[in-house]
Amino acid sequence: MLKFDRYGIYCEPARIYIDPWKPVERAIITHAHSDHARWGNKHYLAHHFTVPILKLRLGDIAVQGVEYGETFTINGVQISLHPAGHIPGSAQVRLEYQGKVWVVSGDYKLQHDGISTPFETIKCNHFVTESTFGLPIYKFPESEYLEDAINTWWQNNRAQGNNSVIIGYALGKAQRIIKHLDPSNGAIFTHGAVGSILNAMKGINLQLPETLYASAFTKKDDQGSIIVAPPSAIGTPWLKRFLPFSLGICSGWMQLRGARRRRGADRGFALSDHADWNQLNTAITNTGAENIYVTHGYKSSYARWLRENHKLNAVEVDTLYEGENIEENKPEEIPQSTDIDESVL
Amino acid sequence: MKAFSELYTAIDETTKTNTKVDALVYYFSVADERDAIWCVALLSGRRPKRTIKTGELIFWSMELANIPDWLFEESLHIVGDLAETITLVLPPATQLESFSLHETMREMRNLGKQDDELKKEFVQNIWQHVTTPERFLFNKLVTGNFRIGVSQQLVIKALAKQYHLEEQIVSHRLTGNWDPENITLKELLFSDNSNDDHSKPYPFYLAYQLETEPEQLGDLSEWQIERKYDGIRGQIIIRGNQLFVWSRGEELITEKFPEFSSLHSILPEGTVLDGEILPVKDGMPLPFHLMQTRIGRKNITKKALQDAPLVMMCYDLLELQGQDIRHEPMHLRREKLKKMLDDASLHSINIPLMLSPVLECKNWEEVKMERFRSREFLCEGLMLKHLDSVYESGRRRGKWWKWKVDALTADGVLVYAQPGHGRRANLYSDYTFAIWDGEELVPFAKAYSGLTDKELLQVDSWIKKNTIEKFGPVRSVKAELVFEIAFEGIQPSPRHKSGIALRFPRIARWRTDKSPLEANTKQDLLQLIQSLKAG
Repeated sequence: MLKFDRYGIYCEPARIYIDPWKPVERAIITHAHSDHARWGNKHYLAHHFTVPILKLRLGDIAVQGVEYGETFTINGVQISLHPAGHIPGSAQVRLEYQGKVWVVSGDYKLQHDGISTPFETIKCNHFVTESTFGLPIYKFPESEYLEDAINTWWQNNRAQGNNSVIIGYALGKAQRIIKHLDPSNGAIFTHGAVGSILNAMKGINLQLPETLYASAFTKKDDQGSIIVAPPSAIGTPWLKRFLPFSLGICSGWMQLRGARRRRGADRGFALSDHADWNQLNTAITNTGAENIYVTHGYKSSYARWLRENHKLNAVEVDTLYEGENIEENKPEEIPQSTDIDESVL
Repeated sequence: MKAFSELYTAIDETTKTNTKVDALVYYFSVADERDAIWCVALLSGRRPKRTIKTGELIFWSMELANIPDWLFEESLHIVGDLAETITLVLPPATQLESFSLHETMREMRNLGKQDDELKKEFVQNIWQHVTTPERFLFNKLVTGNFRIGVSQQLVIKALAKQYHLEEQIVSHRLTGNWDPENITLKELLFSDNSNDDHSKPYPFYLAYQLETEPEQLGDLSEWQIERKYDGIRGQIIIRGNQLFVWSRGEELITEKFPEFSSLHSILPEGTVLDGEILPVKDGMPLPFHLMQTRIGRKNITKKALQDAPLVMMCYDLLELQGQDIRHEPMHLRREKLKKMLDDASLHSINIPLMLSPVLECKNWEEVKMERFRSREFLCEGLMLKHLDSVYESGRRRGKWWKWKVDALTADGVLVYAQPGHGRRANLYSDYTFAIWDGEELVPFAKAYSGLTDKELLQVDSWIKKNTIEKFGPVRSVKAELVFEIAFEGIQPSPRHKSGIALRFPRIARWRTDKSPLEANTKQDLLQLIQSLKAG
């Protein structure tokens, strides 16, 4: 029912694409990260939390918002969106046609982050999965542990008279960080890119602590604050106003010492929007699917693992969900701080 | 191991030396004495030998992680570090227990004689009962790859601070042969009698490169100018009628130099000389690589002894008749050194000791000229030493300066790349460069340092897009990027396809302004060798 063509993941009977990377007539968007939600489609369909962000990023587009679990039928294909747990509004797409069920999971995680609707297991025959962290070296610590670590780090920096600059992708990661910051430690400032996403998310009741725009920061009154900024801020003059500061980076890649040190981070927190090794294995087993399509990440080794150790019919699929796709493993593709591929953070 | 792993993490996470010293002082103030001595031993490079084979560690970790070997290989390829890969593939600890550093180290040492089953039990037991940072540290120790980003100087500083001692004293006490199993930290630091270890060398006094014009050093008459020889810096010690030779890396290398074996009967008891060990024939230094071929060999052949007879070019006298004279001004030490060598040469004609000549210059201009002549004498440059300088410990500014000549350079084309390790894991950071031999590019240098982090990422991404072929981890790339390679020496070498071998090659800069056709040729470099010989 689904095929991978040069425009994206295509459902032929319904004549609709999922996260296409070239402009098409009709597109279902799993979530608003830029490698999944691209410009130029005629009609967009997404979870209604995603709609304002799509509009913020893509301008005045024709977009329809739906609820999780709301089923609609196109040419006999029953389609519904289900929580993927990746970021607020992120969705898996379930498609049922002639008794067969396919699920395109987009990006997902099983770990609860306090802001996204938790991942829902959907029984299916065919499951399309990411493999961003599909190696056994990626086993992320519990959310609570990381949240505590971030607050403690902030406290210690403050005690030494330093600001804390914490880096996370503006959509999803930043809100997750802010959600768990302890406002009794001090003031929370946001970079403009983070601020505009926060505005676009006003309709979602995330119950975040109060944040201030970074432009309001003064050395005199605000030393010891935390500043939430996107990866593109690293190494820019914009950061200088917060000196002296300690730099913390939130990303699954921070699990590796080499990645941590290369970025010049004082601290790395392995806080990720993606499923780690154990989560991937759990999610896939729980779907009961016999056919697995492994996309962006360590796809060839992860597909082999599924074939040999889970006895599943698993194949790797080329997609454009990882910036430029040049047959490399993903960590090799982490561009330098200033132009980090936002989808992986 | 918990406190030690916290120390490791604290040091690993900062580049600021003060923070590192604070972390060390804190550790020494809280650690069990028996652990602290092990910490000092490990931080000063006294790593125990590996007692478990790497292959077995990998096998036992795969067993616990329940993964096949190909997946371990994939993971290792991504992480780029064995100890870290094992740490990460293992499942989280089942229950935390506390293991002391000294007991762990003792057991690890004794494992050599044990059978595999016991080794496995020891290793897996620790893996399953410690935190991730402790596990990483343990793996670094058990694989024999423990390294940490603190210099000896910082350890000394921290110990001096914690125990209210002078840094110079701490520095000396830490040298020589001692075993953390048989001595406590207090015994090591407070033994008022350093004679209990005859072999103990003094900490070396090292100089920084002079970055200013020499005129800024003031009156030339207050300075002594010597050549900076290119050999192995070492100390010759005569104590207890025995001879000890130490390298600057604090390695006891007496056995490697049979030339010196008779010295204990020529030099007076209680003598310590500082100098450069180098091959010399007919009074002239020979190229370093002649010595290199015999270092590292267990048995030195007669031929090697004839081809590269070694001497020590003596710089300084640190101990005379059992008295430490490092606090005396250099001109006095020099007089005493000269007298000692004169006396010794009365004893026997062919002693393997020479006095490093002082260059007589009338003004700084002449000093500059002498510096330019360094390569004629196979020297790296000059040493400028203040006549009143005492012999300090470690690298210091002010009274001693090295003034090396600028490196030689050549432009080469990037032809092969492979990923680095540690901080550079997963980045194509180890390069092979080639020069033209007619129409053909022949590799002439390997280098992995010299680029900024930003350039490194640019080159890395270029390599991935311009790969021609893959050979395991190595990739051949399109001949397009040109780099200026700096090096300290160049020798003809029939073993290399390019016909030459470089000493200390590194990347000076990325020549984005040059096309590959503008890179140097084999002919250029052979000419360079000729011109250097001609002086």
